Amino acid sequence: MSSRRTVLGRIRAALADVPRDETPDQVGVVRDYLRSHAGHDVVGLFVERVADYGATVVRCAPDEAAGAVAAALERHGARRVIVPEGFPAGLLPDGDWGWVRDDPPLGVTELDAAEGTLTTAAVAIAVTGTVVLDAGPGQGRRALTLVPDYHLCVVHADRIVPDVPDALGGLDPRRPLTFVSGPSATSDIELERVEGVHGPRTLDVIVVESRGAGA
Amino acid sequence: MSTGSDGRVWLGTPAFPKAARTALTDTQLRRNLRHATSTIRAKRLQAVEELTDFEALREAGSALKRRTARHLDRYLEQLERSVTDAGGTVHWAADAAEANQIVTRLVRATGEREVVKVKSMATQEIGLNEALAEAGITAYETDLAELIVQLGEDRPSHILVPAIHRNRAEIRDIFQREMGAWGRAAPRDLDDGLESLTEAARQHLREKFLTARVAVSGANFAAADTGTVVVVESEGNGRMCLTLPETLITVMGIEKVVPRFTDLEVFLQLLPRSSTGERMNPYTSTWTGVVAGDGPQAFHLVLLDNGRTDVLKDTVGRQALACIRCSACLNVCPVYERTGGHSYGSVYPGPIGAVLTPQLVGVGQAASLPFASTLCGACYDACPVKINIPEVLTHLRAEVVEGGRQGLRPPTAEAVAMKAAAAVLNSPRLWRMAQRAAAVGGGVVGRGGRVRRLPGPLRGWSNARDTAVPPRESFRDWWRKNREGGG
Amino acid sequence: MRIALFITCFNDTMFPGTGRAVLRVLERLGHTVEFPQEQTCCGQMHVNTGYRRAAVPLVARFAEAFAGYDAVVTPSASCAGTVRESHPLLAGLGGAGLPDAVAAVAPRVYELTEFLVDVLGVTDVGAHFPHRVTYHPTCHSLRGLRLGDRPLRLLRAVRGIDLVELPRADACCGFGGTFAIKNADTSTAMLADKMSDVLNTGAEVVCAADNSCLMHIGGGLDRLSAGVRTMHLAEILAATGGQRP
Ligand code: SF4
Repeated sequence: MSSRRTVLGRIRAALADVPRDETPDQVGVVRDYLRSHAGHDVVGLFVERVADYGATVVRCAPDEAAGAVAAALERHGARRVIVPEGFPAGLLPDGDWGWVRDDPPLGVTELDAAEGTLTTAAVAIAVTGTVVLDAGPGQGRRALTLVPDYHLCVVHADRIVPDVPDALGGLDPRRPLTFVSGPSATSDIELERVEGVHGPRTLDVIVVESRGAGA
Repeated sequence: MSTGSDGRVWLGTPAFPKAARTALTDTQLRRNLRHATSTIRAKRLQAVEELTDFEALREAGSALKRRTARHLDRYLEQLERSVTDAGGTVHWAADAAEANQIVTRLVRATGEREVVKVKSMATQEIGLNEALAEAGITAYETDLAELIVQLGEDRPSHILVPAIHRNRAEIRDIFQREMGAWGRAAPRDLDDGLESLTEAARQHLREKFLTARVAVSGANFAAADTGTVVVVESEGNGRMCLTLPETLITVMGIEKVVPRFTDLEVFLQLLPRSSTGERMNPYTSTWTGVVAGDGPQAFHLVLLDNGRTDVLKDTVGRQALACIRCSACLNVCPVYERTGGHSYGSVYPGPIGAVLTPQLVGVGQAASLPFASTLCGACYDACPVKINIPEVLTHLRAEVVEGGRQGLRPPTAEAVAMKAAAAVLNSPRLWRMAQRAAAVGGGVVGRGGRVRRLPGPLRGWSNARDTAVPPRESFRDWWRKNREGGG
Repeated sequence: MRIALFITCFNDTMFPGTGRAVLRVLERLGHTVEFPQEQTCCGQMHVNTGYRRAAVPLVARFAEAFAGYDAVVTPSASCAGTVRESHPLLAGLGGAGLPDAVAAVAPRVYELTEFLVDVLGVTDVGAHFPHRVTYHPTCHSLRGLRLGDRPLRLLRAVRGIDLVELPRADACCGFGGTFAIKNADTSTAMLADKMSDVLNTGAEVVCAADNSCLMHIGGGLDRLSAGVRTMHLAEILAATGGQRP
């Protein structure tokens, strides 16, 4: 007998007390929890919560975005920066930057040699201060935001949802998803938080808001 | 690490009271634990209190787990279909040995002799690293705490922070002594600052991540409807393992399936807040089968039973399968706080271990664990999926006792005493006689209304406590005399 | 209202003074209290130690002894919890009529402070106790019955009292019934911390809603000649003069 049949058979035998005609929906799940813990100022909350993790957050208008990107990269001293396919050209600052493209796909050594990665985000969550990457345009495959030590993420204010339920409802689970909440960290020694283990040790976030929206 | 043939319990570990006695005298351990548990308790409380509807989330989490357990066969079949449709391969393992065989075979098929690992309770439970080592395959633990445990040839003592029993000075020594034998050595002048230790781990593991071609992980959740597997972590070692290698093998207990992807909206709010006391952990990765051009191009999901169906059989004990391994129950447990994890003799320590281990291996194999609790209820209060641990503990105590009654073990002195006590208590007349005898006896041995030393099994109690002698007159005698004029 | 006192086997034998204190408080408030002589024990020790079948006759005895009362009052949070939570489950293991008999009695069982605050609606019971006191919420009071601040509201209304907060009050004292015997060392480690917290308050009396935990804490304090004594909450609520604690 295959183990598949063995295990399923054991499960069915173990559940002898469950009526045969019971359907999963008959096991009630009351969902009276809040859909959102955010107040009205969703963008403001997102900014505050990202900063709580020790990430740097900047808010700016669309025409200031490229300048904000340049300022962040300069502050971090990053010039060899990976720019994934589909990253909006308008967000790239002019000047002598060493943009690195993932085409053909970069090997791990090349990834390791890059000084940072510049991406957009699929969704951002205000209450938890999270950016979610789904490998879509402007984000690239997962390794791009993992191996380099610096991640600069540009988030459009209209991508910020109030809380976790809205975020999950709007994501496509068939895409590989990475929920990023602040820089890599550990509490494994004496339960004290230290930033920067294997993921990027620095996370900067730029929130781009059209005038009149947000705030 | 010397796990027994059955990875779930460490053979040769003494029963809880004895193991605890040793741990209690380890002053360094006591201090490390006191510091760590009080830190994390405060953080958890703050994170949980921030959500006014946390109670409603707990209810929903608990109900979702109940729904899953009652229809586990259906959800697993659905999960299998979803994962297969997305390009993954599903394997079923009835026990630890089979799971180890499957993983070993899969690694061998790649031609590799090294794997990188993400922290996983399931693979510890089955003793996978040891099984791989026997097959000539080296498994590198990449979670910082697991690395400390592996380098120190130690055992994990906590679900979330397995090296909680170590402090920074001990960790520095382990890194300096052992890292060189496993790969990149620690710097000669390594100090015991948290940043320095973390940096040493980063450097040590970096080359492993960048060259590894096979990874082994566990899973926090897997959604049946979409086939999406979830790993929740902090350091980024999980992302490294889930993203860079060509082959990914995930070993997952069958109870980890959840009905729908969107049900994660409940668990992703409950888990980080209960576990590390954060609004969200730094990294959560989800993947569905294989994605061309991004991440591993071969994905294997091993569904592990290994005693879980025995737990499922018990309608009271079943709720323990809802555990999302947040470790809140450990952190709030007054027993765990003093004894640490090793006393529980299993990869699952603390309150959840005290109810899970005996069910996974049979109560006869871990008979002291259900008694390793004062039933204070702090675990139940903290559990994000509302597992009534005290209820399961009491239930398992009865199983231990009734196992004895069925002649599996000879009746103990305790069983004889309990039976006698029940008979006396069921008769007000006998009870009154017993009370009088106790008062007389107490009067004989006691001085100033106090007894300092008690015999037999009560010695442990009287080592630290004086015992009051029963007064001459019980309440019922007083009542008869003063309220009913009787005697 | 017909009120019965459930003294509990433990208090009956070891702490009859607590029973008399409950009588004093309730009688002072104008109530008559009866003591059904057929009562013995709720079976808590048997249930919690794994001897659930041995507890079934005790469950039946309890239901019979207390049938027909409007309220059954007990000075023990853990015994009240056992009756309300475990008896309905254990009733299934007994005779045919037992579940109904238990269902009729169990919900009418009140721990003393619940009865005073919720049923009688009083917090000032007319007590006078001019001493420094700290209150330890036992696990069964706190997380079992969820007594909340009821005991503290009663204590705050006591005249002359100097009530001081116990640090880390919600921590278990380490008693746990047979735990203190089976795991005596771990129990002692927990007791040590509880005693240290009690001593740090500078109180002369530590009180609680359960004498079992108090016997454990008091046994430790006595061994150290710590100069702090334990008293059941009921005894403080019963006090009227300037009695020495
Ligand atoms: S039993 Fe509950 S509190 Fe303990 S680890 Fe599991 S989910 Fe967390």
